[in-house]
Amino acid sequence: MSLLEARDLHLQAGRRTVLSGVSAQFVPGQVTAILGANGAGKSTLLAALAGLSQPKGGQVRLDDGPLLALAPRRRAQRLGFIPQTPEIAWGLEVRAVVGLGRLPWLGARGLSAPDEAAIDRALAAARVEDLAARDITTLSGGERARALIARALAGEPEWLLADEPFAGLDPRHALEAGDLFRRLAGAGCGVLLTLHDLTLAARLADRVLVLGHGRVLADGSPAAAMTPEILAAAYGIDARPRQTDQGLAIDILGRWG
Amino acid sequence: MRRLSPSAVMIGLTAALVALGALSLMAGRVWVPLEAWRAGDPGWIIILELRIPRTLLAMVVGAALGMSGAALQGYTRNPLADPGVLGVSSMAALGAVVSLYFGFYVPGLAGIAWLMPLCAMAGALIGVLVLIGLTGSASGTVTFVLAGVVLNIVAGAGVALALNLAPNPWAVNEIVNWLMGSLTDRSLADLQMAAPFVAVGLALLLATGRAQDALTLGEAGAQSLGISLSRTRLLLALGVGLAAGASVAVTGVIGFVGLVTPHLLRPFLGPRPAGLLLPSALGGAVIVLAGDILVRLIPSAAEVRLGVAMAALGGPFFLGLLLVQRRRLS
Repeated sequence: MSLLEARDLHLQAGRRTVLSGVSAQFVPGQVTAILGANGAGKSTLLAALAGLSQPKGGQVRLDDGPLLALAPRRRAQRLGFIPQTPEIAWGLEVRAVVGLGRLPWLGARGLSAPDEAAIDRALAAARVEDLAARDITTLSGGERARALIARALAGEPEWLLADEPFAGLDPRHALEAGDLFRRLAGAGCGVLLTLHDLTLAARLADRVLVLGHGRVLADGSPAAAMTPEILAAAYGIDARPRQTDQGLAIDILGRWG
Repeated sequence: MRRLSPSAVMIGLTAALVALGALSLMAGRVWVPLEAWRAGDPGWIIILELRIPRTLLAMVVGAALGMSGAALQGYTRNPLADPGVLGVSSMAALGAVVSLYFGFYVPGLAGIAWLMPLCAMAGALIGVLVLIGLTGSASGTVTFVLAGVVLNIVAGAGVALALNLAPNPWAVNEIVNWLMGSLTDRSLADLQMAAPFVAVGLALLLATGRAQDALTLGEAGAQSLGISLSRTRLLLALGVGLAAGASVAVTGVIGFVGLVTPHLLRPFLGPRPAGLLLPSALGGAVIVLAGDILVRLIPSAAEVRLGVAMAALGGPFFLGLLLVQRRRLS
């Protein structure tokens, strides 16, 4: 079974050490939410897990080998990554942007028939087929987010790492995008997300990793990892989990200090 | 605008290039009609010795500048990028001027024909590397243009210093004439010098096509697709250094070709950077050749230098681009 593992990671953002000694194992078929206050190191951890940065100490391992020992192309075939609020430089058509996700698979002659088929599947999975011919810079925030998820899906990765994929989405579109990630996990993909919406995290994730003070504060099911004590330590807020008929919700009552 | 197929655009540009090439052999102070294209005719010498090298050189230099502009725009994700605007051409010119200058002074160096092109390419390479170094991973449009301004100022100061310290008026004249950028009176030797370096440079730039496409998603996005940013930077720096540097070495500074060409092609081909590289080479060749025919036909006492004409046409174009950009940013 495929396994993504952070082993005693020490990570820096610029010259500042943000995480010291983070260890965690991730299994496919699960959605893992990485939580933490601004500057807690969520994005830094996700970029390291995607193999985009060289850790100061420790190692990211994939299937019991160092991730950074993989050729970049091979790594890109196995791990998809959606950066936070990605800039789109040119007014490309949505289909062309999604097609960029095939780059790690591309032969010398450009997009082949299987590549085109993978693009079609990605467009369908993210429900953006009807936007395929649109200029991506003219899309709304929700449409754009789905198109960028489709871009990552086009590579058909075993692992999908998304940095705040719900930023800028209204609640309904966030829930829709969340369903998309759940379906992916259902299909056997390992999904890792960073996010800020606690209730969404509780509802979406099989597992929650809470970062704070440079380390892992909690790692477990939403109910186990999102207790008032842990949320107080991570965010400095007074937050109370509540069971509803739709699942766990987190009420934020105020802040401490 | 309706998109055209890439092959249709390539065929159209090639046809235009062939037609302009024929016109270029005829046009000039002395009109050499088709009937005179045979050995023995007095016009044939003009074609053989002057017009053929000039025409081919215009194509080579245009291709180098056009593709360099497209590659710089694709890499920097900045539609205002161009070897001239970003100071790469000025740095090449500084390198060439330094070699001209020392060519007069240092005995033994003057005889080396390769000195000037080598210095020009070294200057261009340093220019691209400084540009990439100054801007680092933060590649905002403004940062790049400002870095280009810095390079232009530094190179300009260096050239001014060389003029200031020049040993005699003749040397000043030589440097100034050369700086203005022209294809007049270039020989086959110039063509033989520039063409191989331009060819290698263009091949390196073509190799960055996919990386440029991936960079549409930003640096992290491109990296996550398996693109090595350092390899891309190296190929780009070497490619622009060789292509633009070799061009500047034989013709002086001809600006704005790299800026204008991709912009004229985007409405037909779409904005995907890799798809613009080869058409921009052909388009640049068409524009430089057309411009060179035009300056030959202007009935002025002295021939208007191509670099001057391009700047006169490119300035307003750049202004228009800035206005469009400003509207988009605000």
